[in-house]
Amino acid sequence: MPWRLLRFALSDKHPEPRMFTRHDQLKPAYDVVIIGGGGHGLAAAYYLARDHGITNVCVLEKGYLGGGNTGRNTTIIRSNYLTPEGVKFYDESVRLWQDLSTDFDLNLFYSNRGHFTLAHTDAALRTSRWRAEVNKHFGIESEVVGPEVVKKAAPMIDLSCGGHAPILGALYHAPGAVARHDAVAWGYGRGADMRGVEIHQRTEVLGIDVAGGKVTGVQTNRGRIATNKVLCAVAGSTPRLLDMVGIRSPITIHPLQAMVSEPVKPWLDPILVSGSLHVYISQSARGELIMGASLDPYEVQSTRSTLDFPEGLSAHMLDMFPFLSNVKVMRQWAGMADMTPDFAPIMGRTPVEGFYLDGGWGTWGFKATPVCGKTMSYTVANDRNHELITGFTLDRFRNFELTGEKGAASVGH
Amino acid sequence: MKIMTCPVNGPRAISEFSYGGEIRTMPDPATCSDDAWADYIFNRNGSPGVKCEWWCHTPSNTWFVAERDTARDVILRTYLYTVAS
Ligand SMILES: Cc1cc2nc3c(=O)[nH]c(=O)nc-3n(C[C@H](O)[C@H](O)[C@H](O)COP(=O)(O)OP(=O)(O)OC[C@H]3O[C@@H](n4cnc5c(N)ncnc54)[C@H](O)[C@@H]3O)c2cc1C
Repeated sequence: MPWRLLRFALSDKHPEPRMFTRHDQLKPAYDVVIIGGGGHGLAAAYYLARDHGITNVCVLEKGYLGGGNTGRNTTIIRSNYLTPEGVKFYDESVRLWQDLSTDFDLNLFYSNRGHFTLAHTDAALRTSRWRAEVNKHFGIESEVVGPEVVKKAAPMIDLSCGGHAPILGALYHAPGAVARHDAVAWGYGRGADMRGVEIHQRTEVLGIDVAGGKVTGVQTNRGRIATNKVLCAVAGSTPRLLDMVGIRSPITIHPLQAMVSEPVKPWLDPILVSGSLHVYISQSARGELIMGASLDPYEVQSTRSTLDFPEGLSAHMLDMFPFLSNVKVMRQWAGMADMTPDFAPIMGRTPVEGFYLDGGWGTWGFKATPVCGKTMSYTVANDRNHELITGFTLDRFRNFELTGEKGAASVGH
Repeated sequence: MKIMTCPVNGPRAISEFSYGGEIRTMPDPATCSDDAWADYIFNRNGSPGVKCEWWCHTPSNTWFVAERDTARDVILRTYLYTVAS
């Protein structure tokens, strides 16, 4: 047993510091209040303190850190999107991921696997070519490959998919990766905490005070806080928070479900996504198969899961990997995905002065955690939208200027 | 399995139905402002609550109205649409 662990077990004073400082009281005022202690809120807090020297900041989380979509997601990281705005943004995020473990002094288990988007139809192959061309234009590794390359990377696959959806090719994205989601929230949280940011768990925002079109404070279950700047990063609760400040948005909430199998020997290195079969799969460091599908078909604002989901997903999994028929499903769960009509997020300043939004992240926002923290902290500190997010502002809908990412964001996450 | 009651065909599995979104009133495109039109086509009421929604029983192509609590995912009532006079 390592000496550190033994010392910890024998001591009653717990010589290891806790991950975060506990603050018993809320202060009456902060320079910035961040609502939502998921990866996005914590990353923004971290960069506000580290890059902009703003440390009189609190993060309010109604449950526990990372208990929202951050801790429920299937952790696929990639940048092979479809629009130039999207590709540049996600590429910056992938770059930031590279040295986060060193930044935090915490192992994020960032694991570069390669990512295949399988094409079973001519239409899907065409979209793959389109994406590959846009991606290459921006210097991102992305190419269309034939079925034999897929077979080589995942030898257990049935290329005919049970005979009814033969794989014609795939979009291959070498930088595709997975990482440990909780560690991302903890790493950002600890880094922010060390720089003076206060993290308050079990603190729910119940109302936002606006006077003369400007934010003046926040009402919580533990009392009122005065502030002129609020960053809202609450994923599946975004419409509820927007109601508090009277902003209308196109966001609707649909559950997104996922499941894991029992751990099995390592046999799958890359991440595989099939748009036609509506499934994706990767194998975790522990050997579990992490599997997901498309959104639930209708609006629900809760994290309930259904039996239809593992049934449907398993059937498609067996089309691709018939040998999995004896593998057991261990757990299933759901998160609340905040969906937008164009599958791009909604970020930046809003019609209410001092109210900044980082939402509409739907099924694809984990990979963007670092770049969202960077760009939103800049936006909050300077009261000016960061140049990387100008394609994602709320007024794009009013101006009929959508940022159509559906071809690259649905199912693929 | 979740069951929904089609006003014409009775209780059926939810997989036989497709969702058409909350019932909303269309402004007159010829006279409304661009802002009002954008609000109508894009913006939605995304907060939880009891909502009146369009649903369709796909095998029989029957469109009807369902009142559903979207926080608990409980269907309270289903009925055929009638134009209010
Ligand atoms: C099953 C599933 C799979 C996914 N897979 C992927 C993937 O492979 N790759 C990818 O990039 N993305 C994926 N996503 C999307 C990704 O998880 C999210 O976009 C991202 O994690 C959002 O992070 P966040 O910090 O904004 O939100 P969250 O982590 O949800 O954090 C928001 C927090 O706000 C808190 N909150 C809400 N209301 C209040 C309030 N009133 N007061 C105080 N706190 C409040 C919540 O408790 C929550 O902790 C997936 C999502 C799901 C559900």
